[in-house]
Amino acid sequence: MSELFDMPSDLQNSYLGLVALHLREALLPVLAGLLASLPIAQLCVRLRWLYPPVLWVTTVLYAIPSLAFFVILIDYTGLSELTVMIPLAVYSLVVLVPAIVDGVRSVPQETLAAATAMGFGPVRRYFQVQLPIAAPAIIAGLRIASVSSISLVSVGMLIGNQGALGNLLNSGMIYNQPRLIWLSVVGTAVLAILVDAALIVVRVLLTPWMPRSTSARRLTAKEATR
Amino acid sequence: MIRIDSVTKRYPDGTVAVDRLSLEIPDRSITVLVGPSGCGKTTTLRMINRMVEPSEGTILLDGKDIQQQPVNTLRRSMGYVIQNAGLFQHRTILDNIATVPRLLGWGKEKSRARARELMERVGLDGALAKRYPYQLSGGQQQRVGVARALAADPPVLLMDEPFSAVDPVVRKGLQDELLRIQEELGKTIVFVTHDIDEAVKLGTMVAVMRTGGRLAQFAPPAELLTDPADSFVEDFLGTDRGIRRLSFFPSAGLELLTAPIVASDTTDEQIAARDLTDAPYLLVTDLDGKPLGWAERDTEIDTARLLPYGRPFVVATDSLRAALDCAVLSPTGWAVAVDGEGRAAGVVSQQTIGEAIRGAHAKSATTQKAAR
Repeated sequence: MSELFDMPSDLQNSYLGLVALHLREALLPVLAGLLASLPIAQLCVRLRWLYPPVLWVTTVLYAIPSLAFFVILIDYTGLSELTVMIPLAVYSLVVLVPAIVDGVRSVPQETLAAATAMGFGPVRRYFQVQLPIAAPAIIAGLRIASVSSISLVSVGMLIGNQGALGNLLNSGMIYNQPRLIWLSVVGTAVLAILVDAALIVVRVLLTPWMPRSTSARRLTAKEATR
Repeated sequence: MIRIDSVTKRYPDGTVAVDRLSLEIPDRSITVLVGPSGCGKTTTLRMINRMVEPSEGTILLDGKDIQQQPVNTLRRSMGYVIQNAGLFQHRTILDNIATVPRLLGWGKEKSRARARELMERVGLDGALAKRYPYQLSGGQQQRVGVARALAADPPVLLMDEPFSAVDPVVRKGLQDELLRIQEELGKTIVFVTHDIDEAVKLGTMVAVMRTGGRLAQFAPPAELLTDPADSFVEDFLGTDRGIRRLSFFPSAGLELLTAPIVASDTTDEQIAARDLTDAPYLLVTDLDGKPLGWAERDTEIDTARLLPYGRPFVVATDSLRAALDCAVLSPTGWAVAVDGEGRAAGVVSQQTIGEAIRGAHAKSATTQKAAR
């Protein structure tokens, strides 16, 4: 059994070590992307004209190949994890910014008016009303960003030992060992599925106020308010 | 008192939402702003809590300019109820109601205790406390909205078309509930609606506004119906304002006949002994005195073949409008008056009601002259 998970020594890591590295390199950029997206999205909500150009910029950034990012970044951050994570964080913006903007915009006008009329200042209103109500949309964005980030980490192997399970795939091909290739591919897929499931659990825990079951029930609740 | 003093709201594109509006909103009563859409009634309401800032003019609250007060302090001293309730969908009913007390820095327990008290006051089942808004009906959500506005016991309540999104039966219930709560609490309420019937029913004073944000008339509802200021107000009141005005005349003065009331066990001899000259019909009641229907005089009474009596009116509490409606509904042209328990208290003809209406008109005309 232990032979199944034996790693080539040039990876300088156990299998679990690679998995942990993979997770860190995939999820820290999403977290950073979220922290950057919140103020950017808030600006886009406040200044409507800003949203289309911001969307355009995030899309263009997403279209830049990671290799091009690496070439530029290596001069500054070297062959480090950071060189892999910075492009991933930038890529996450293309999903997260629109998710947050749409989520915050979906807060009903009367809810906002009621909050203002009750004496919520803009900051309090943002944190206590808009963000919580946008949470489901934001988490939906996080799910896509996380899964795509997990699959993208592998390209880190282009700059040495920073591709985690991607390096394992590479080793499998070089040493002609299908076992390593399977471990890499299946491991990446399982990671993606588990992270996605974890985010669903987080959403359910954070939003006890959402209609649980079908969309039909949500419809009746909406009709009831009419 | 809220005093709106020649206030104008002009938007940057030049549209004038409110045009030199002056109003004195009396304390502890309901003042209704009513008018067609685009008449500036909601803008006016929102200027009172500074959600909209006036371009010209001032608004005074108890003699102090509201511009001089910190905006959030001002808003927390005014309850606000909005169409579709505008509840916080991510908070429980209890926490929704406790919002303003929490903003004012009350403790969590104290706020929630206050919220429970208010749920009872607006007629909400305490079992709903831990539910979320999506689990409530539209009418219940609106009650939560009213409770939330009342939570910190503000002296002023601003209501922006609060009941216009619910069905007519629920709306009537909410209106009655508001009148009941107002009787207990005596808030200064400014109520915006486009529904003139709602305005007439709820308002102590009614301000009719016209498109362009100008005041057409500011008067108690009875005066509005009697004496509309111009053709705009007259049109807005609709074609049956004469009938609606009867709501303000009590039925207490109506002369009721009791002779035509016969119980199902009354004998022919007893009937023959009565003076029935003015009564072509007999009202047959059961042994408890509850009306069953009409029978023609001088025919044999068959309880299985009585004429329907329509809907009775409650003596003294109902208005002349209710009495007239009963007489019109009844195929005999006679209205049935009942007491609080539903027992027949007397009958009255359309003619007698007509005389009472003329009498009431004459009386109100003299009091109005005296008032001027």
